[in-house]
Amino acid sequence: MTVERTIAEINEKVKQGKAVVVTAEEIIDIVKEKGVKRAAQEIDVVTTGTFGTMCSSGAFLNFGHSKPRIKMNKANLNGVPAYAGIAAVDAYIGATALPESDPENRIHPGKFLYGGGHVIEDLVAGKKVKLEASGYGTDCYPRRHLETWITLQDINEAILFNPRNAYQNYGVAVNTSNKTIYTYMGVLKPRMGNASYSTSGQLSPLLNDPYYRTIGIGTRVFLGGGIGYVAWHGTQHNPSVARGENGVPTTGAGTLALIGDLKQMSPNWLRGVSFLGYGASLAVGIGVPIPILNEEILVSTAVTDAEIYTTVVDYSSAYPERKPEVLGKVSYAELRSGVIKLQGKDVPTTPLSSYAKAREIAQILKEWISNGSFLLTEPVQLLPSVEAGIELKSIEIRNNS
Amino acid sequence: MVANKYVLRFSSALVDQPVIYHLVKDYDLVINILKADINPHQEGYVVLELSGDSENYNRGLEYLKSTGVDVAPLSGTIFWNKDRCLQCGACTSFCPTGALKMDLQDRLVDFDGSKCIVCESCLDVCMARAVEVRF
Repeated sequence: MTVERTIAEINEKVKQGKAVVVTAEEIIDIVKEKGVKRAAQEIDVVTTGTFGTMCSSGAFLNFGHSKPRIKMNKANLNGVPAYAGIAAVDAYIGATALPESDPENRIHPGKFLYGGGHVIEDLVAGKKVKLEASGYGTDCYPRRHLETWITLQDINEAILFNPRNAYQNYGVAVNTSNKTIYTYMGVLKPRMGNASYSTSGQLSPLLNDPYYRTIGIGTRVFLGGGIGYVAWHGTQHNPSVARGENGVPTTGAGTLALIGDLKQMSPNWLRGVSFLGYGASLAVGIGVPIPILNEEILVSTAVTDAEIYTTVVDYSSAYPERKPEVLGKVSYAELRSGVIKLQGKDVPTTPLSSYAKAREIAQILKEWISNGSFLLTEPVQLLPSVEAGIELKSIEIRNNS
Repeated sequence: MVANKYVLRFSSALVDQPVIYHLVKDYDLVINILKADINPHQEGYVVLELSGDSENYNRGLEYLKSTGVDVAPLSGTIFWNKDRCLQCGACTSFCPTGALKMDLQDRLVDFDGSKCIVCESCLDVCMARAVEVRF
């Protein structure tokens, strides 16, 4: 008899403290030992995790009104500009925003020591953050300027809303040129001196549900140490890429737009980061539970690093120029060994996302579900999959002449 | 007499050149190698103490710099802030001595100060700015 379960049935077991939950790493050995059928009968939920830099992140803040009122059209937090082109005291602080005083890459490579991601970390850590805002003054909002200190507790809402997180797979970056280059994939040494990679592979959320059979709008997740939800498919969500026989994409594919209450979150799982010569950003911790509704879903969660492949791209030329060339294909098992073989050369690998922290997130989520404090949700609508036929668009440069 | 400690970093193109021989033979410097890792066709480093009379010492240093060897004074110590560390492991692929190392099983980064030559290669590649040099 094949296994069929519903999310409602799983939640009944969660409430009774009887749900069997394992991580996406633990499931691998369980399936090897017991086989798919028995594992699917026994296990209700598999938890995933990832912790890495995700630039498409930020937070909506509502500061509350001052007396007299101000309609902010500029708002800086610790000197970092937030987008204030919405209602009077609402703003969006983006992870990669930089203070106007930042030297950027004028002295190359710039250090980008403090940006929007660091503001978010400071807010979540409960630190006082300087708010400086200005407006042009209206009859209903006469104040033109304010300078004060705020904390996360002082303000009304703080909603983390990340338009693109948890990329399903990602390319490996190398540099074939003769000089060091500074990228969002870190520092890349000349002549393929290193190869940077991201994603938590066999623990990564979307690599464990390659066709998005369980993850959709409304899926409750671990986000930044608190509870969040899948709001939509993420920007650049592209299910149409090449996939291996196991259905796992061999390059960047699906993405998630995530939302959650920043006030519940923790600086352990939201951390400002600085990429030399590139910019500032935010490292985000995410964990997604995968309900084992049937054997097919279970098989997907048992995927191993050796079965997940990704493509190697030259960031000195092919990436910036958008040329399609790839230098090779490697598995996450090879990447995690510390050295990959590329064009006959041994290239040391540089990990950019934390496998240890991804593992910790999957364990925390497993505990939350096991102790009954985290119920699974039925997605309102699944994410667009291969059938949606999505084609990624690009900017066409049109001249006026 | 002048005596100072330096970290010399050799690119793979320079490792087969007898740089230290010239320091001794042509500039009459006393060399005490404290730590070294040089392999054919790979980049390498030498931590050494250089001493000699001040004219020879300065000429020797000039010679060293003219060869293209990266010469940096050994000063300060590297401090690894475990709480700020994101455990990504990026630094470990830049550390030439294995002082910053990632365990392949638990995939946690650890720092062994006794192996550190204060080359500072880790400082700016750390996205969390969890390593700093303290004087």
